[in-house]
Amino acid sequence: MKEYEIVIGLEVHVELATKSKIFCGCSTAFGGAPNSHTCPVCTGMPGSLPVLNKKVVEYAMAVGLATNCAISPQTKFDRKNYFYPDNPQDYQISQLYLPICRDGFVEIDVEGKKKVGIHEIHMEEDAGKLIHDETKDCSYVDYNRAGVPLIEIVSKPDMRSAKEVIAYLEKLRILIQYLGVSDCKLQEGSMRADVNLSVRLRGETEYGTRTEMKNLSSFKAITRAVDYESKRQIALLESGQVVEQETRRWDDEKGASFTMRSKEDAQDYRYFPEPDLLPLLIDHAWIETIKAKQPEFRDEKIKRYQTEYQIPEYDILILTENKHTADIFEATVALGANPKKVSNWIMGEALRLLKESEKDAKDLCLTPAHLAKLIELVDKRVINNTTAKEVFEVMFHEDVDPEKYVREHGLKMEMEDGQLEDMIRQVIEDNPQSVEDYRNGKKKAMGFLVGQTMKATKGKADPAAINRILSELLDN
Amino acid sequence: MDINELSALELGQQIQKKEISVKEAVEASFQKIEEKEPTLNCYVTTDYEGALLQAEAVQDRINRGERMGALAGVPIAVKDNICTKNLRTTCSSKMLYNFVPTYDSEAVTKLKNAGLIILGKTNMDEFGMGSTTETSYYGVTKNPWDITRVPGGSSGGSCAAVAAKETFLALGTDTGGSIRQPSAFCGVTGLKPTYGTVSRYGLIAYGSSLEQIGPIGKNVSDCAALLELIYGRDVKDSTSVVECDASPDGSFMGMLKEDVRGLRIGIPKEFLAEGLNEEVKASVLKAAHGFEENGAIVEEFSLANVSYAIPAYYIIASCEASSNLGRYDGVKYGYRSKEYQGLTDMYRKSRTEGFGTEVKRRIMLGSFALSSGYYEAYYLKALKARTLMKQEFEKAFAKYDLILGPTAPTTAMKLGENLQDPIQMYLGDMDTIFANMTGCPAISIPCGMDSKGLPIGLQLMANCFREDTLIQAAYAYERFSEA
Amino acid sequence: MTKKIDDKTIAYVSTLASLELLPEEKESAKKDLSQMLDFVDCLSQLDTEGVSPMSNVFNEVNVFREDEVVNSDGSEATLHNAPEKKDRYFVVPKTIEP
Repeated sequence: MKEYEIVIGLEVHVELATKSKIFCGCSTAFGGAPNSHTCPVCTGMPGSLPVLNKKVVEYAMAVGLATNCAISPQTKFDRKNYFYPDNPQDYQISQLYLPICRDGFVEIDVEGKKKVGIHEIHMEEDAGKLIHDETKDCSYVDYNRAGVPLIEIVSKPDMRSAKEVIAYLEKLRILIQYLGVSDCKLQEGSMRADVNLSVRLRGETEYGTRTEMKNLSSFKAITRAVDYESKRQIALLESGQVVEQETRRWDDEKGASFTMRSKEDAQDYRYFPEPDLLPLLIDHAWIETIKAKQPEFRDEKIKRYQTEYQIPEYDILILTENKHTADIFEATVALGANPKKVSNWIMGEALRLLKESEKDAKDLCLTPAHLAKLIELVDKRVINNTTAKEVFEVMFHEDVDPEKYVREHGLKMEMEDGQLEDMIRQVIEDNPQSVEDYRNGKKKAMGFLVGQTMKATKGKADPAAINRILSELLDN
Repeated sequence: MDINELSALELGQQIQKKEISVKEAVEASFQKIEEKEPTLNCYVTTDYEGALLQAEAVQDRINRGERMGALAGVPIAVKDNICTKNLRTTCSSKMLYNFVPTYDSEAVTKLKNAGLIILGKTNMDEFGMGSTTETSYYGVTKNPWDITRVPGGSSGGSCAAVAAKETFLALGTDTGGSIRQPSAFCGVTGLKPTYGTVSRYGLIAYGSSLEQIGPIGKNVSDCAALLELIYGRDVKDSTSVVECDASPDGSFMGMLKEDVRGLRIGIPKEFLAEGLNEEVKASVLKAAHGFEENGAIVEEFSLANVSYAIPAYYIIASCEASSNLGRYDGVKYGYRSKEYQGLTDMYRKSRTEGFGTEVKRRIMLGSFALSSGYYEAYYLKALKARTLMKQEFEKAFAKYDLILGPTAPTTAMKLGENLQDPIQMYLGDMDTIFANMTGCPAISIPCGMDSKGLPIGLQLMANCFREDTLIQAAYAYERFSEA
Repeated sequence: MTKKIDDKTIAYVSTLASLELLPEEKESAKKDLSQMLDFVDCLSQLDTEGVSPMSNVFNEVNVFREDEVVNSDGSEATLHNAPEKKDRYFVVPKTIEP
């Protein structure tokens, strides 16, 4: 068989986390009764007019700068006309002729580093939601999402495998999440990716006919869809048929893609400049203001951590995956805590608890001062590790001051060495068999005796102290 | 005293002095409405109950001694494409036969705050598309001067209502002459303000980049007073421009001075060329002569590229309309067809049954001109022609304070005459569309009658934001032409 | 650049415009559109070399609102004029084939 190359470009829609919609003062909050977050503007009432949310422009610029794009000095909105009930005006306000960002790239690392080009980024409004009645022949329309700001990031056809696609999306997700301009969750629809895919014989310079695939709501679905679609296209070509340029819908349950019923007026959107909005001029000073607010991104952070903190590479990758955890880490270390200890708490307990409570890393409420204090309490042997984990769990849920909490709940290790020694002597006396075993070389018996001591002290003793005293008494 | 004979400002004064109650004023208008409506059909909807309630509330405010403007208590009619809360707004289309806005347009909010009483909604060409008010779904409006003739359009109902004294004032809208041409045909005064100076929020869009709401009244002073109320920047309208905040000492009433000395007035030769009715031409030249006699400097000049104005205008207006009118699809409001098979059919039937012929004609033209492969040849080309027109006007206004000409090439035509030939109808807009294409303000004032006893309109245009110059010159003309 | 308006064009444009013309309306639309296009085609003779298109009358730019939520529950007003509604939703014919 001939050798084929897969060529993939992505159109990624990202919902921006502004408080209000792109052209009106309605809330962008999820949920809410149907049509409760609506007004004449976002429902296309006659006579209503759009007014642009400045934050949307700044967020789009921030993403553009983060992806090495040129910011257009002049940018404008256009109307994209099509009839569909989720589109209340029957035109979507978008950008065709002068998008806000152009010609950028991000670097991905799959079997070596490579750049994925970004053709453009433009701003537009989201559509409403359609719910289909199971029993009756009708659909229900909710315009709560209509007018929520989106950016569409259009890549160049630079990807060659599903792995590269995932790496590119992952890269975008982390960049955008670092900027704090979106959650970027595929499952919840705050990030949506359409895959443009074509195949060609290796060595060929012309692109093949591409298809566009929609409804990809997880990385796994994307991987499967890329695999399916490339095989489908190769099979067509191998059997002497041609690939139709079309939009296809991925059905993850069936593991296959299907031609979408083409809208009858397909693809002739009759774009023209939106007369109700004025052009935007973006000057150097404005760009500089946005630049100054850009955070340190993950790649830079990783480099800095490697030299600044004595922690393993693995820790660095986990800590920097989310800006919020990285921020907590850095702030806690800045308060004097040992980096590896801080990392252990975040990577171990914090991430475990997040997973358990099905929360996102950005929801982690953990005051660096409190975490630093907790580490200090353990270092100074005021509490032992077991107690510290209990306290941490409370901190995770309620962000309490660990010192105060330990005091109020009497968790402090109050055992003086003398008192502890008396209790250990008692344990030795009560467990002659274990003592015997230990002295006969069964070192495991030590653990049992430590446990018995902990039990006797109700956990208020420092395990290190118990170990030390026990060893002294048993070995002598 | 016949209340209906008073001007709006005179009535306002009498109301302030409590010589006439607001209720009496409203009742007087409704008496006239009752008398004339069966023949003229100026209104699509009248709101007697609502008007009386408003009258009571405004009278209370006046009695409490609240400081209100010069037009407090004065009845006004509002064109039916301007949204009024809880009062049906149809655009004279079947499509919006049952549409009751839940919000006021910004202009109407301002009227209500100033204590004007809204009598009802006036008839118009469907969605503003037409120059005769004959394309209304709710029947034609007749010209009060001759009921076999059209009142002009699209604000025909507003202008006819003022002329027939069925209201003291009216709001109209002007996309290509829709205030000025019917003002000329009905013998009233109507002003199209500079683009962006009166909020379009709540004005049901036809040609967004061209249209403005403006005042229609019995004379220049009434128009100036009403303009002063509705003028100003609105944060809800992005195209409402900043300049007008700092406009001519904030007062148009202060411009009512009978002085045109030294005013430079240009008359485009093209406006006097072939196609212009001889009687109209004579009246306009007489008016020009009047200005000269009173100290203005008047001369003819040539405007380049005039012949491209109408086609460019029709492309821009139709393209914008084809998109603006997409929203009427039977989903959210307005007409939905009774029988259909599925979604696409519901859309098509609702739109096909809900829109009239002229509206469909322009939607078709606009959709075609924007369709793949034609955008550059038509829409983009028209926008470039618009740039050239704007430059041409800037040149003219560097030389002249005002541009003078006829408002329309003829006086009111017979009912049904124009519908036969749309192109002829479009050509009739030749004198007025420049102000819409370039954004500049323009006024139409009566300047005599033709031999059939029909009013003739004189149009004055001023540079953008120079409503002050426009009003002063128009006021002066009104004075010295009376004398 | 005169373009012949044929049946196909009329069908295509009415699909774009979401209008359904009767056979006789189609004929008059064909005539109308051809006439209109003849009328506007003179524009092609206008020299617009180097002229930039004017989509807004003034050179105003950068009109914004701040990112603030100012609207409260608007569902009642939004649905006030709905031809068909149910449980605060607009109701439309089914949008996807089963």
